[in-house]
Amino acid sequence: MEAWIFFKKTIRMVFVGTKVYYLWCAFLLAIIGIAISFYMKQLDAGLIITNMKDQVSWGLYLGNFTYLVGVAAAAVLLVIPAYIYHFDPIKEIVVLGELLAASAIIMALMFVLADLGRPDRFWHIVPFIGILAFPDSLLAWDVIVLNGYLVLNTIVPIYILVKTYFGKEPVRKYVIPLVLLSIPWAVGIHTVTAFLYNGLAARPFWNASILAPRFLASAFCSGPAMALIIFQILRKTAGLKIKNEALFKVAELMAYAMFVNLFLLGAELFKEYYSGTIHLAPMQYLFQGLHGHDSLVPWIRSAMVMNITAFLIFLIPATRTNLLTLNIGSLLIIVGVWIEKGLGLIVPGFIPDPLGEIYEYLPNVNEIAISLGIWAFGLFIFTLFMRIAIPIQRGDFSHSKYAREAGRTQYERSNQ
Amino acid sequence: MEDRSQTRRDFMKMMSMGAMAALSLGSLSCTRAQVEAFLQKHFREMTEAEKKEAIRRLEETYFRKYGKKFHISTQPADTAVLWGYGLDLSRCIGCRRCVYACVKENNQSRSNPQLQWIRVVRLKDGSLINLENTEHYYNPEKVPEPGFQYMPVQCQHCENPPCVRVCPVHATWKEPDGIVVVDYNWCIGCRYCMAACPYKGRVFNWGQPNIPPEELNTEVHYLGNRPRMKNVVEKCTFCIQRVRNGRYPACVEACPTGARKFGNLLDPDSEIRYIIENKRVFRLKEDLNTEPKFYYFFSA
Repeated sequence: MEAWIFFKKTIRMVFVGTKVYYLWCAFLLAIIGIAISFYMKQLDAGLIITNMKDQVSWGLYLGNFTYLVGVAAAAVLLVIPAYIYHFDPIKEIVVLGELLAASAIIMALMFVLADLGRPDRFWHIVPFIGILAFPDSLLAWDVIVLNGYLVLNTIVPIYILVKTYFGKEPVRKYVIPLVLLSIPWAVGIHTVTAFLYNGLAARPFWNASILAPRFLASAFCSGPAMALIIFQILRKTAGLKIKNEALFKVAELMAYAMFVNLFLLGAELFKEYYSGTIHLAPMQYLFQGLHGHDSLVPWIRSAMVMNITAFLIFLIPATRTNLLTLNIGSLLIIVGVWIEKGLGLIVPGFIPDPLGEIYEYLPNVNEIAISLGIWAFGLFIFTLFMRIAIPIQRGDFSHSKYAREAGRTQYERSNQ
Repeated sequence: MEDRSQTRRDFMKMMSMGAMAALSLGSLSCTRAQVEAFLQKHFREMTEAEKKEAIRRLEETYFRKYGKKFHISTQPADTAVLWGYGLDLSRCIGCRRCVYACVKENNQSRSNPQLQWIRVVRLKDGSLINLENTEHYYNPEKVPEPGFQYMPVQCQHCENPPCVRVCPVHATWKEPDGIVVVDYNWCIGCRYCMAACPYKGRVFNWGQPNIPPEELNTEVHYLGNRPRMKNVVEKCTFCIQRVRNGRYPACVEACPTGARKFGNLLDPDSEIRYIIENKRVFRLKEDLNTEPKFYYFFSA
């Protein structure tokens, strides 16, 4: 009964808000609506409406998928200091970080669905109902770990929020093991996603053992960068209480992660360029252009400039603890890593193709519209999460308050 | 006068009702076939009766769609057979007749998307193994051209096929006679197999396949050349519909120079065994441990 009332109240909560809240939701819903119309077109005509071809058979969708798995994995960068090192300023935002991870996983799964040619046969991959090729296919592993991570990152924050709503302390005995489990699991989702590409001997660009560590390092930059921006927006608009100290601590951790990311990239560049074998071709295509084909070159070069600039910003304490430069650095990382992990990782894996053909892929309007729609959907889900979570954390939305109000009306009614 | 218009109206009403009923019945039965196709099991999990039922439904669907009677075989592999393919690089002249024979035999989409299972690449003399030096779109007046070699590449029917290992739903597998097949009704269109194949042996129906009805080949195998649907992967099956009936693959028959050889690797007297034992043979990308059953050789 109590749970039902809580549920009803949360539903009512998401329908009321300030003018900004309504405008923001309407904006996101409009993008989602447009994207749905493009997706209907894709369902009807098939993936032929995208710019993908046999030569480059994965593109923008899988690039976004890879990036978002990284964003989700990066929630541990909030979990570890909060729960392992008991860094209190972060403890307040860890629930929000986990909900951000959950939203990112939902988006990642939607990108896989958008990339499936036959979404009507989605049930074939569902264990026990269809046939999940476990443990043969890394995609089967990914299905399992991503869904497990999604469950983990919704159960823990919901449990903590419900407890807080009722004014009780979360039982540590339940929370801590799940939180501890979520740390290796976060590493796991991104490792498995890296292995998805890494295990293909046919694609020398991905078939490098440094790929999974590179994935993790870049994820630990882009995910927290996104969290930094979002938390500041929520602090301004939704009354989220968060200390600058927490932001600066996250930024410090990001500096280490970015160093490792750039170092690993340098290690890979050295190996490819110094030995200069035939396997250099995709790297050459990406960074210099190959046989006159160079559409990704300006992208990756600007991404490099962004990542290095951001690294310097986060490395120097003066710029790290200045909100303006911190935000510039975060935006540079979000975009820089997106290019590096999205277009810069998926596409060159296919160029040149196994028979040496070069097809230059860049996403078209249909793919961009559907991708924006999925991003908008993820932000929408996250907005609704925040609409409930922040008032609970601030104590504005609690059972005692509700009980007091309910008691008052009952008292007034009995007096009439 | 009034009566007659009344009856005419009644007649019209009856006719239109009848048409409506027929239409809705038609659409109902159509949805039923779609529902059955949607719920259809994986080919390898079907009983004989379920296979028969699936074939009957497919034949009906094809008849409705193309107005032609198809004969769909489900003939299984002969356990005494392991198929092997030989390609004589000293004879291939790059005419690409094999490509078009294959397209026709195997009901590949002709346009939007145009699909081909065989790709013949052109290489300058001296750069045979490095496939990064290939030319794909060349159009000389006459073949062969001096200074060039031609190499047809298609599915190599690997002993350790990476494409099969990566499929998340086991929609593709290696048959006992070595042919790597796809259940087009089970493929979810994720294209992971295409990313995994080192030979570009697989192509994808990015849109609804287009085949002129008069050019359809109606003698088909369930795992081979039956018409495909949009957004599924397809590939060379060594013409499973032919070779399991004692015929050569269409590309072998079409080759004007006799560069293409085909046979049973388990039969010590077969031509393919003779080639492997007596010619200078190599396989593509052997360093990847895929163990292709497609042997390139030089007879001269």
